[in-house]
Amino acid sequence: MMTAQIKEFPGVGLRESDFEQRKVLYTEWVPNARYAWDAGVAIGRYLAELKEGRLIGVRCRHCRRTVIPPRVFCEWCFRPMDEWVPLPDTGTVNTFSLCYVTWDMRRLTEPEIPAVIDIDGTHPPVGILHLLGEVEPQAVQIGMRVQAVWKPPEERTGSILDIRYFRPVREG
Amino acid sequence: MGMRKVAVVGAGMTKFVRRALETGKELAFEAAKMALDSCELTLQQVDCVVHGTAPDAFDGVHMKGEYLADGSGAWRKPYTRCYVGGGTGVFAPIHGWYHVASGLFDICLVVCEEKMSSCQPHPQGAFLTIFDHTTERPLGPNLLWIFALEMNRYMHTYGLSKRDIALVSVKNKRNAADHPCSLLGDREITVEDVLNSEVLAWPVQRLDVSPVTDGAVAVVLAAEHVARRITDKPVWIEGVGWNLDTTYWTNRDLCYPRYVENAARMAYEMAGISEPRKQIHIAEPYDPFDYKELHHLEGLLLFDRGKAPEATALGITQRDGDLPVCPSGGLLGVGNPIAAAGLMKVAELFWQLRGEAGARQVPGQPRRGVAQAWGDLMQVGTVIVMGV
Amino acid sequence: MTRKVAIVGIGYTGCRPLTAEVSYKELVYEAAVKAYEDAGLDPRRDVDSFVTVAEDFIEGTSIFDEYTPDQLGGMLKPNVTIPGEGIHGLATAYLQIASGLVDVVVVEAHSKASNVLTLPHITAYAMDPVYNRPLQANPIFIAGMEMNRYMWATGATQEQCAQVVVKNKRCALYNPTAAYGANLEIDDVLAAEMVAYPLGRQEISPHADGAVVLVLAAGEVAESLTDLPIWIRGIGWCNDAPSLETRGWGRAIYAEGAGKMAYQMAGIRNPMEEIDFAELDDTYAYKELQHLEALGFCQFGEAGILTAEGVTEPGGALPVNVSGGNLGCGHLLDAAGLRAVVEVVLQLRGEAGSHQLPDVETGLAFGWRGLPSTSGAVVILSN
Repeated sequence: MMTAQIKEFPGVGLRESDFEQRKVLYTEWVPNARYAWDAGVAIGRYLAELKEGRLIGVRCRHCRRTVIPPRVFCEWCFRPMDEWVPLPDTGTVNTFSLCYVTWDMRRLTEPEIPAVIDIDGTHPPVGILHLLGEVEPQAVQIGMRVQAVWKPPEERTGSILDIRYFRPVREG
Repeated sequence: MGMRKVAVVGAGMTKFVRRALETGKELAFEAAKMALDSCELTLQQVDCVVHGTAPDAFDGVHMKGEYLADGSGAWRKPYTRCYVGGGTGVFAPIHGWYHVASGLFDICLVVCEEKMSSCQPHPQGAFLTIFDHTTERPLGPNLLWIFALEMNRYMHTYGLSKRDIALVSVKNKRNAADHPCSLLGDREITVEDVLNSEVLAWPVQRLDVSPVTDGAVAVVLAAEHVARRITDKPVWIEGVGWNLDTTYWTNRDLCYPRYVENAARMAYEMAGISEPRKQIHIAEPYDPFDYKELHHLEGLLLFDRGKAPEATALGITQRDGDLPVCPSGGLLGVGNPIAAAGLMKVAELFWQLRGEAGARQVPGQPRRGVAQAWGDLMQVGTVIVMGV
Repeated sequence: MTRKVAIVGIGYTGCRPLTAEVSYKELVYEAAVKAYEDAGLDPRRDVDSFVTVAEDFIEGTSIFDEYTPDQLGGMLKPNVTIPGEGIHGLATAYLQIASGLVDVVVVEAHSKASNVLTLPHITAYAMDPVYNRPLQANPIFIAGMEMNRYMWATGATQEQCAQVVVKNKRCALYNPTAAYGANLEIDDVLAAEMVAYPLGRQEISPHADGAVVLVLAAGEVAESLTDLPIWIRGIGWCNDAPSLETRGWGRAIYAEGAGKMAYQMAGIRNPMEEIDFAELDDTYAYKELQHLEALGFCQFGEAGILTAEGVTEPGGALPVNVSGGNLGCGHLLDAAGLRAVVEVVLQLRGEAGSHQLPDVETGLAFGWRGLPSTSGAVVILSN
């Protein structure tokens, strides 16, 4: 059967008004899905260090690389990681976006600025996902030097949010 | 070791719509029935069924492969669902391929369904939980972030402009105007329209993005001896490949999809393709965002790194160009019901290679095409090579 | 001529009620390292393809296949996730090898059930959103209804169902990887609180955490890797109707279909004669009886009697769930079927230690996807 000859494909598209005027019926359900994920060895230590205001990575001597976030195994060579490596809280913007909408497409007046930040001391350079702050959106550039802005110690909980955001490094 | 030859012998699809009257089961049924009718088979003749569908959070059903089983024709049959995120639509026929190539089954029905509209208030909600639950989700990331981060890195690395990239959206939405199932086909759209559309997550703008869509697609696969009885125009699956990169996406350079290259090399090797640029006549790469088509054309080794935009500007990827790309209209034009959209590309190759694509028909009797999908955290490539 | 395929490596963490010390990645890594050591392989060099079995809502992550490759050594290689029973994943690996495309494939499934705080609600989320979910019922009622219909249709008794619990929990005492071994009497089982009549608390297998990794290889490769390949002689899988309204309630049709496919492949006509032992899904005690019948080990209605007579005890003619089953080991969700496969492999290798069965050559493992599904898969293995 040649598609070119098919005049009517199945499938009926609806409009929002069909729902508003109750022309079509539907059921609603909010899933009750709650979890408590075990952080484990590597991420457990990562969170504990964040609570102390520090970043930590891991090194694989075999592959000669230092990465963050930590993991107990090296995914390149499939050997256990060799050691913990304290890392500075500074880095370089690898890539970024200026996001003007929320996930459900509501407009933001001030954009969020997510970025992948290559952390100093990693090798070859690798990054983590975080937000940029204390910077004009139009001034952000790939390659920009940034440093972490931490919450005060009493507010830190052992979370990636213990870093409020990264801001441009102030020279001098 | 010689492998059994497997052909696509039938295909069917529903219209791609923003919000379908039909349930997910009904969409799956409509596509499956049309695929079987197209090759004059009955469900009794089907030995096994495979299903591809993306996150359960869209349809709002846990274990949704089980829920969709009867709509897909799997009642009292061997049935499995496969899942590689956005790559699922091209993986499902690969999953079907090894069912038949193994020698265990002769006829396999492959169904892909997505009913994204069930997820309220916005289907993007299903993507909030794709990020690492401990190290990333607390930051409140949404799906647009990762595309924007990847697009920016791609543009920065190769010095590309938004205008270069917007041409893809224009091409595909215009191509889709010829597709009877399309949601966003638009013959009149211009580059300026794309560049002037609302900025969502810079550099991503509204018309760079494919729409939320409901729809289903199905194809029928058959072993060689059966295929030749079913049709005088079987379209052979000549190569399959798939590949998944590391979860640690912030540890990778996002400028190039190495996983797509690996998947393509696997499929080309199986198909005996040594010079893809000469031996492939049509490409249906995955285009949920306009820059992704370019990224994927490079990963498929059809253009040098960073050079796909230039080829697009030269018209090479137009339907009547040297290498027609997304003659269907792609996800940007026809619509993006995730897994169904990937399988739509396989169905498009089936129709194109049989010369049955009507107004969308690529000139010059193409003999071999490649379809590709992508998914996860910029991580998975699935590739299928088909030929006559 | 279909290519021969064997299991050449197994890695298993055992069942543990809690695994707070490790993340899911670290749990899987533990099993993976064991499997590769067992097979004598380096995953980065020697494995062609990886299959993970997982469901998004169990993991609490959409598109969970994003998170599968690294802990298996599978990055930048072919990987796919099968949202199915563990044995569906095994079947996928089998098909990939049998097609001739690849030679060595790894299958992984795991459970972090302890991390899911609202598991019954997740199960409810698997029910039909229009027909069934508005009833707001705990889906365990489906097992109660099925057990009731099964006993009515077969004449099986509460005592016979309770005997399954007694047997499996006692077997688990001899399995160091089992989490819920116990020495019970039938009366203890019958005295437990009723959950969904006629299903009582002790007849429901408790959840556990754990991970299983298996390595499969094509015949010629398998023989070069090990002196003790465990051959896949038959494999089968089948779905019955997913909806509650149109399914059969007494018989396990999905298991009948899966068994028929596997027996045909293996050339088995009389399972009771030709199969030495079986690991059968016993998520609920009556399910073991239902699956014994569906897989052709006896006629419909005979499984309760055979159980009461001790035929399925470790010393009987057909030992069933000598590992302790899901009731005794703990239920690993979709990894349960692969845990059963590990037991069959250990028995066939003669490595089952304190619960080794004598002189076994052929074993069967069957997994069911749990409520509300009618989806099951079976594999027949020989040494």
